[in-house]
Amino acid sequence: MRWRRCGEDAALLDCESLEQMRAAHAIVSAARPEGVVDLVPGARSLLVIGGVAAAKTLLDDADLRHPPAGEPREVTLDVRYDGEDLTLVAEDAGLSTDAVVELHTEAVYTVAFTGFAPGFGYLTGLPERLRQPRLASPRTRVPAGSVGLAGEFTGVYPRESPGGWRLLGRTSATLFDPHADPPALFAPGDRVRFRAVR
Amino acid sequence: MRSLEVLDPGRYALVEDLGRPGYAHLGVTPSGALDTVSLRLANRLVGNPSAAAGIEALLGGLSVRLTASATVAVTGPAVPVSVDGRSFGSHVPVPVRAGQSVSVGTPSTGLRCYLAVSGGIAVEPVLGSRSRDVLSGIGPAPLKGGDVLPLGEPGIPAGADVVVPVRAPAELVVPVTLGPRDDWLDDPAGGLSAWWTVTAESNRVGLRLDGPPLRRAVEGELPSEGVVTGAIQVPPNGLPVVFLADHPTTGGYPVAAVVRAGALSALAQARPGTRVRFRMS
Repeated sequence: MRWRRCGEDAALLDCESLEQMRAAHAIVSAARPEGVVDLVPGARSLLVIGGVAAAKTLLDDADLRHPPAGEPREVTLDVRYDGEDLTLVAEDAGLSTDAVVELHTEAVYTVAFTGFAPGFGYLTGLPERLRQPRLASPRTRVPAGSVGLAGEFTGVYPRESPGGWRLLGRTSATLFDPHADPPALFAPGDRVRFRAVR
Repeated sequence: MRSLEVLDPGRYALVEDLGRPGYAHLGVTPSGALDTVSLRLANRLVGNPSAAAGIEALLGGLSVRLTASATVAVTGPAVPVSVDGRSFGSHVPVPVRAGQSVSVGTPSTGLRCYLAVSGGIAVEPVLGSRSRDVLSGIGPAPLKGGDVLPLGEPGIPAGADVVVPVRAPAELVVPVTLGPRDDWLDDPAGGLSAWWTVTAESNRVGLRLDGPPLRRAVEGELPSEGVVTGAIQVPPNGLPVVFLADHPTTGGYPVAAVVRAGALSALAQARPGTRVRFRMS
């Protein structure tokens, strides 16, 4: 772990692994020291905006191997697996489309971090056999609710946007509504499952 | 209801306050006025709390009519301001009667004019802020002719301040702190201290610069990580982008340095063609 300066009142904690980042995030999140305005998890890092000194003190003494066992929220999303790239994903994985759906719905995912758009979560826990690169050329329009995968992640597009993830299907769930509480369905640390519906 | 009717939004006018920090973990950018110094000043001139919402008008050109008497002030670069055709300067509180129209001219330097009205623009806040975030489409839509915006209850005017309007300079020396990923680049301090030119692709998301490209010291992909306002991100083409208020919350290119918060307002007024160099501090 290493702290890196990030302007006047923020610092980036470089972590050795996603698990270490999650532990650091859980510790600072639970204690919420004075002055911390935002905590932004990344794939291998945690950005602390405001209250840097307090966060450093907290993490210097923390046992990252045994982070606080919070009760993660569990979210289950219904998905119609009729995505434009389902056949492509199956071919590249050497599986039937049914087997792809089975693998994708059996796994339990964790929201590692967010970004790209409000409510977009990068979900880890994608079965090894489904890990595939992004599309060679991104689509200019991906419909809202599209469920896709890219690299080690799976995710859901909160609104129509351009995107290069391989699309497996769609959900009708609302991923982001600024007038709802909480505004985003996915927050870092949440557990997510997908359920196939016809 | 006290309100303001937009007669002409000019080139591009947005409702902005001091933004919505605290939601980056959900992918929501802080947003808010790019030149916070000018918005706060406009609010002070009309007796508003500094966080009240005003209108950010790109290159001025804004005309509005008030349905109730109010005090208005326009800040940012020096710009002509008139009420029913009668000229007033910018950077002063101007009393306006119900039914009168306020027109903002075109500034000769700088980019963004701020109009504050006593009581503040009182549209419904979204996630605690009335700011338009152009990246996510959160907050009130860009203004168009015929829009009617509610106004809040005016406070007690603080009395007139005497303020000298600023001229946006043609050259800026911007203080930065190195990091977090300066080690991904070859001589980032030296490279950033060269003269860069602001390009026309700049917007509220980022200030794009042209100049001698920075070279990478480390090849490969940077795992996505959180970024702050003022971050100087270096994409593969080596031309830096300074992240402004509507920046994405995470990014996958190295951030060489971060602009000091006090220098962001000057960057908000940097027209395409402005020359910028960065000073390590």
